Amino acid sequence: MSADSHHHEQSFWQKYVFSVDHKVIALQYLFTGLFMGAIGGFLVYAFRMQLAFPGSEIPFYGLVNSASYNSLVTNHGTIMIFWFAMPVLIAAFGNFLIPLMIGCDDMVFPRLNRTSYQVFLLSVVVLIASFFVPQGAFGGAWTAYPPLSTTPTYSLTPWGAILWITAVTLELIAFLLGGINFITTLMNSRAKGMKMMDIPIVLWFIVIASVLFMASVGPLVAGAIMMIFDQTLHVGFFDPARGGDPILWQHLFWFFGHPEVYVVLLPAMGIVADVMCVFARKKLFAYKTVLYTAIATGVLSFFVWAHHQFVAGIDPRMANVFTVTTLLISIPVAEALFVYIATLYGGSITFSTPMLFALAFLVEFLIGGVTGIFLGASGADIFLHDTYFVIAHFHYTFVPIAIIATFAGIYYWFPKMFGRMYNEKLGKIHFWGTVLPFNTIFIPLFYLGMAGQHRRIFDFSNFPGLASDGYQTLRIIATVSLVIMILFQIPFVINLFYSIFYGPKAERNPWNANTLEWVAPSPPPHGNFEELPECYRGPYEYSVEGRELDYWPQNEKPV
Amino acid sequence: MGLTQPIATTRSAAGMDTGKLALWWIIGSEIVIFGGLLMCYIMHRIFHGHWAAEAAHTNVVCGALNTFVLLTSSLFIVLAHQAAEQKNRIKTFTYIWLTIGGGLTFLAIKSYEWTIEIMHGYTMGKSLFWSFYYTAAGLHGLHVIGGLAVMAWISFDVLKGKYFNRVELIGLYWHFVDIVWIFLFPLLYIAK
Repeated sequence: MSADSHHHEQSFWQKYVFSVDHKVIALQYLFTGLFMGAIGGFLVYAFRMQLAFPGSEIPFYGLVNSASYNSLVTNHGTIMIFWFAMPVLIAAFGNFLIPLMIGCDDMVFPRLNRTSYQVFLLSVVVLIASFFVPQGAFGGAWTAYPPLSTTPTYSLTPWGAILWITAVTLELIAFLLGGINFITTLMNSRAKGMKMMDIPIVLWFIVIASVLFMASVGPLVAGAIMMIFDQTLHVGFFDPARGGDPILWQHLFWFFGHPEVYVVLLPAMGIVADVMCVFARKKLFAYKTVLYTAIATGVLSFFVWAHHQFVAGIDPRMANVFTVTTLLISIPVAEALFVYIATLYGGSITFSTPMLFALAFLVEFLIGGVTGIFLGASGADIFLHDTYFVIAHFHYTFVPIAIIATFAGIYYWFPKMFGRMYNEKLGKIHFWGTVLPFNTIFIPLFYLGMAGQHRRIFDFSNFPGLASDGYQTLRIIATVSLVIMILFQIPFVINLFYSIFYGPKAERNPWNANTLEWVAPSPPPHGNFEELPECYRGPYEYSVEGRELDYWPQNEKPV
Repeated sequence: MGLTQPIATTRSAAGMDTGKLALWWIIGSEIVIFGGLLMCYIMHRIFHGHWAAEAAHTNVVCGALNTFVLLTSSLFIVLAHQAAEQKNRIKTFTYIWLTIGGGLTFLAIKSYEWTIEIMHGYTMGKSLFWSFYYTAAGLHGLHVIGGLAVMAWISFDVLKGKYFNRVELIGLYWHFVDIVWIFLFPLLYIAK
């Protein structure tokens, strides 16, 4: 019996706002995340314009002064990580895909799921409210190091700081609730016959990411409580004058912050794996290796956090240990990338929009990974620390994750999410307009970083060594590229909203894919499947010899 | 509200009841939250020998009494679980409320203790030891209050003959809250 057999009319509010259906909650997360991403994009536009054309009036924003510059930078970072990457990559894709791909009707705890989104929405409201309090939104950098974050006379944003840490804490709680649901659902609710090694890689990775999140976020939750007390009750947890220790916050923050990198990386790599197999018509090369490298990466990610603190006054002997662990973690990640390339080898590749994004992920993330080696080595890091080299490296990992792989996923599952096809031509325009300018934004920043450009300067004309024409030209190239990249998101928005309503109707399985979500109607009704599927084989049986079709759905009964 | 349980909730591919599985994950995430806080405290404590003088002002008698009260309430929730297995509504209800009584006694003793301490000037801002003392015990106290609320809710379901399995779940959670206190008591009160 499927859940929709006792279907009854629901009001708009029940269906779209207070829904317990995992697909509706996924779309709520998706659109909230995209909305926040647009805000994050607007913030970076404002402060990049200031860097390229210091002191000039910025269209749609106005003048950026030093205080608002700090708020812009801080909230750009915070929003892109906590309110764009996390909700879209983990919550939206996790909620949408987990029940569909394991062949069941919903999450195990639908109401917990709804609560998770509501707490998340509350955190969005608190964060947006922080822009409208006296002295404006928090300006102590997204890492919120004390004393900048705990002493209002330093950050100049007494209200913004409190609202910021409150919003972050709420967001973390929302994802803890969601994560429990994800892990339990994948463990317990798989379709009959779906063994551990029959689970699509994207689900494995989302759930490993949820476990990593759960295991790493605790100390930061404790740290956030301590920080709120420092800010509001004037306790001295992080204040050396009162016996506290500011480095403690850095440890708590990065103990979470580094695994967090892999919390967002893994879902992205999972999406890329699934998209690649479908559009290369190839079985995923070395499924188990991919899985075990992800687990190895996850375990190692708990032992690398202090590489963010090489210049914070930690013991140099400890820095050596963290250099070694940091360089070690590049081994499983590189292995996964090689395995992905091996998957492409000999495939019959279709360059559709999702596939282009997936391939771009591999290329761009590789640059991000390789430049990380320089920063992971404590000696080189002392020179490069807090320069634009760090910014460029970080964005070369994070943009492929949160933007490129996210778009691969959105285009790939678009027919399932909305029941209609997107426009391929607009998709390709969007692809080239996103990926090419992305490189011309950040390659100049690598050079500027190596030239010693510090990351927290609001107007370089005050620094004669950095204000030369050559450097300023590089800054202008980066900023112009950013504006181009933002403008090329317009085709995506048009494509999204036009295709949701007027795109050609999608069939159940437009890509001839194997996994179970393509068994359900597009879009799946409440309850997902007419008849809950059973699973007979792994997810990547493409181009199997001796079969007429080049794909072999997981639910197809063996003859 | 007429919400039907999804089929997903009734499956158990991992061979474990869904509720229990989720509860273990909740406890796991709570362990890292308390673990992070207590590690911070322990590291500070190791490097600040003089905190022992501050810790001498804690009320060990109250702390010991509270340990006894919480452990006794844990016994009651075990008895409630046993009665729930036999589907004995009245007995389960009674034992749950005895557990709640234990939790309330714990909170009452705690309130008394904190009132005296605050009146003598040992407030949260006095020194870092007291900051940790109130933060750790306060966070634990919130978990006690939360547990009591859920327990009361479950007790009335049980009285109607529904959801007997949830008694075991809240029991597991209550044991966890208990164990956190077992860590807090020596760390905050006894260590001199």
